[in-house]
Amino acid sequence: MRQYWWKILTIILLLYTFIAGLLVPLPHETAYVNSNLYESMRNFFFHVPMWFGQLGLITVSLVYSIKYLRKPDPVYDIYATEFARTGTVFGILGLITGAIWANYTWGAAWSNDPKQIGAAIALLIYVAYFVLRNSMPDIDKRSRVAAVYNIFAYFIYIPMILILPRLTESLHPGGKGSEGNPGMGGNSLDATLKLVFWPGVLGWTLLATWISTLRLRVRLLEEKKHTA
Amino acid sequence: MKHILALVKKDLLLEIRQQYTFYGILLYVASTIFVLYLAMNQPEEKVWNGLFWMIQLFICVNAVAKSFLQESQGRMLYFYTVAGARDFILSKLLFNAGLMILMSLVSLLLFQLLMGNPLQNPFRFVGFVCLGGCSLSLVFTFLAAIAARARQGAALMAILGFPLIIPQVLLLMRMSNTAFADVIQAGLLQIILLLVALDILVIVLAIILFPFLWKD
Repeated sequence: MRQYWWKILTIILLLYTFIAGLLVPLPHETAYVNSNLYESMRNFFFHVPMWFGQLGLITVSLVYSIKYLRKPDPVYDIYATEFARTGTVFGILGLITGAIWANYTWGAAWSNDPKQIGAAIALLIYVAYFVLRNSMPDIDKRSRVAAVYNIFAYFIYIPMILILPRLTESLHPGGKGSEGNPGMGGNSLDATLKLVFWPGVLGWTLLATWISTLRLRVRLLEEKKHTA
Repeated sequence: MKHILALVKKDLLLEIRQQYTFYGILLYVASTIFVLYLAMNQPEEKVWNGLFWMIQLFICVNAVAKSFLQESQGRMLYFYTVAGARDFILSKLLFNAGLMILMSLVSLLLFQLLMGNPLQNPFRFVGFVCLGGCSLSLVFTFLAAIAARARQGAALMAILGFPLIIPQVLLLMRMSNTAFADVIQAGLLQIILLLVALDILVIVLAIILFPFLWKD
């Protein structure tokens, strides 16, 4: 917790992403000739890392839920909740950045694309998780039941986002009948873009972790004050 | 195995003696479909299919919700000592799957009677209905266990369950679309296998996670 080098790294990486992301020359072929992306392609450095951040955080949340079930320590439950919360925030950001992008390139903010549906489902699941938590006053029971739901939901959600985009027509890369991996733009990414994209992913994910650790510190202090 | 069957038998006996859920749900099915008939008369196939599965979803929430709420704290403790958590959840899954398949078939019959019959391939659709009823009931049985633990009713189940049931419902819709025309859809087997795989995943998750729900 006390180490701060990675926070400096976060700032540097995000500064780099913003500067390089807005200045780097786009591949003419992909951005102008083969598609109507044009300059909006730069959103790629901001929209896609949100999903990396969200998936990363809900996975961390899952790990803490499993840890809680193995050894019921209230700290694990707080960790699971806070990582899920920041993950949800990143999910909302991903949805918004995606909707803005879609508005310009697909002509509408929402077009029932399987990935948009998947993102909306993730939000519903995690909002339901918080509703479930708040429905129980007993702390012990709340932690355990919420952990069970978190694990159950995660293991249904992950196959769902693997299956859905491959099953139906999608406007995203990698849907039925289009090239690429639905996980991400993989092959269509050229070398210079990769040099901006991957540091960006790392930077955003670190930022998400940073936010979560700040929230965690507050929560743990509150807890201490409560018990003392 | 013996324990599981004994527990299923107990649920069945309770059902026969009280006759509360069965007729309650039956009435629910009948009146919902009747209201639908008054509202829509005889819709085209796509609407028919969509309505059918949405009604299944609501029937399932209602049919399954009771299964854990009816068990009192003391009785749960008793089951815990005589049977163990895994047997208990498996018996519930089995019983609810049976109940839901029955209800799905009844509602299919009513749909046929009231809403017209656009099915080209009825036998195939009956198979899908059984598989679908089973899939829905598995997910909602586990969610009923969670909701019962939180001392909440069907409303919380719906909130928790609807986002999770979407993949099953989408797969079911795609599957059953093939029953409306005499075409053979490529990849039908793949969809069925996916659905079965999801069902197995849900059962495995329920077996692993239910013991943690039970401890107090």
